[in-house]
Amino acid sequence: MSAQTRLIARIKESALTVADSLGRMPVMMEVCGTHTVSLSRTGLRDLLSDYIDLRSGPGCPVCVTDYADIDHMIAFAEQEGVAVATFGDMIRVPGSRCSLEVARAKGASVKMVYSPLQAVEYAEANPGMQVVFLGIGFETTAPTVAMSLFEAQKRKLSNFSVYSVHKLVPPVLKGLLSSEDISVDGFLLPGHVSTVLGRAELDFVASEYGIPGVIAGFEVDDLVVAIDQLAMLIKKRTSRVVNAYQRVVREEGNPRAKAAVERCFTPADASWRGLGVIPKSGLALREEFAALDAARRFTLNVPRSRPPRGCRCAHVLRGHIRPTSCPLFAKQCTPSSPVGPCMVSSEGACAAYYNYDYAGHV
Amino acid sequence: MCLGIPGKVIEIAEGGTTATVELFGARVKVALDLVEGVEPGDYVLIHAGYALQKLNLEHARENLGVWEEYLCLHKQG
Repeated sequence: MSAQTRLIARIKESALTVADSLGRMPVMMEVCGTHTVSLSRTGLRDLLSDYIDLRSGPGCPVCVTDYADIDHMIAFAEQEGVAVATFGDMIRVPGSRCSLEVARAKGASVKMVYSPLQAVEYAEANPGMQVVFLGIGFETTAPTVAMSLFEAQKRKLSNFSVYSVHKLVPPVLKGLLSSEDISVDGFLLPGHVSTVLGRAELDFVASEYGIPGVIAGFEVDDLVVAIDQLAMLIKKRTSRVVNAYQRVVREEGNPRAKAAVERCFTPADASWRGLGVIPKSGLALREEFAALDAARRFTLNVPRSRPPRGCRCAHVLRGHIRPTSCPLFAKQCTPSSPVGPCMVSSEGACAAYYNYDYAGHV
Repeated sequence: MCLGIPGKVIEIAEGGTTATVELFGARVKVALDLVEGVEPGDYVLIHAGYALQKLNLEHARENLGVWEEYLCLHKQG
């Protein structure tokens, strides 16, 4: 028997022991879109489906972006002389009227970049155009956007700005852990958010809320080891936050990256799709960078937005239901014709379930 | 969205702020502003055009294959 098979057997054993005492399967929640995809793509979610309820939480920054924010992004792109530069993840996500992709087809200026630095270079090469970079993403991405602000300052660009809708993981975890309707026995914690934050900043999951967590990498071996460790912690009723991704994650994270974010941004209340406003869960540009803040540079009149009817992304994002329980799933809502953000984003839970888990059951 | 890809540092540009990194056989330019003490031959985790962390190869090797050892350690612990 291979070592991996033995580990899987041991995971099942731990899960059964836990199920005996709880009267239900243990629930593990991942809060990282890349984990969501990895668990589906590797087949681990399916393999363990009779033993562990592996549930997806709010781990995809694109999926948790509020409709109103997306409507604003589109409004920027529709302005004369303004180009929106963005990571590709955001392009197809619908706001209440349309997506950036549709707006682009109608003539709005939307430029896809893979690094914020490219957006700065684009602004420098097009001095006659205002370039608004969409600051989306968790702690992993925010330092790279901070660097683009420094770079724009250094190059004295007056045509570059950032629209920050960054989200922070610890506040949303605290929100989830404080809500009464959550039943999660352990968290698979995001490896690359932890690369910046460090294990110590996620310790509160165990020390304040008594729930164990394991920081996990993204390869199948990483995930198997992490699930095994988490199952062990749950079984032994030990609340600790363990780092199972030590080749990348350090106890204190990346101090340089944290300092860059601290210099540019200040925590601000943010609206999460499905979760509402969570205090200090976003990042706003500091006063020193007000000149580079797209929200202050442009005055836009954006109509009030409404979520699409019947879409249950809000419940999926809170881990209340699996994507397959949404009445629109694989009917009106598919990756080629998505209704909600969780089906649009390649890292959305609905898209991952549709592409990997659901395919076998058609 | 938080996708990070490990790559091997081939060459560091003069001034030390960018590096040429090999990713799946392709060579790309990566900014080094967010990491310290990176040298050619190191592996770094890359996200959105920036190196975000230097990989600890000792831990990487541990993860790469020694399942048996891991299991034994775990049983003893």
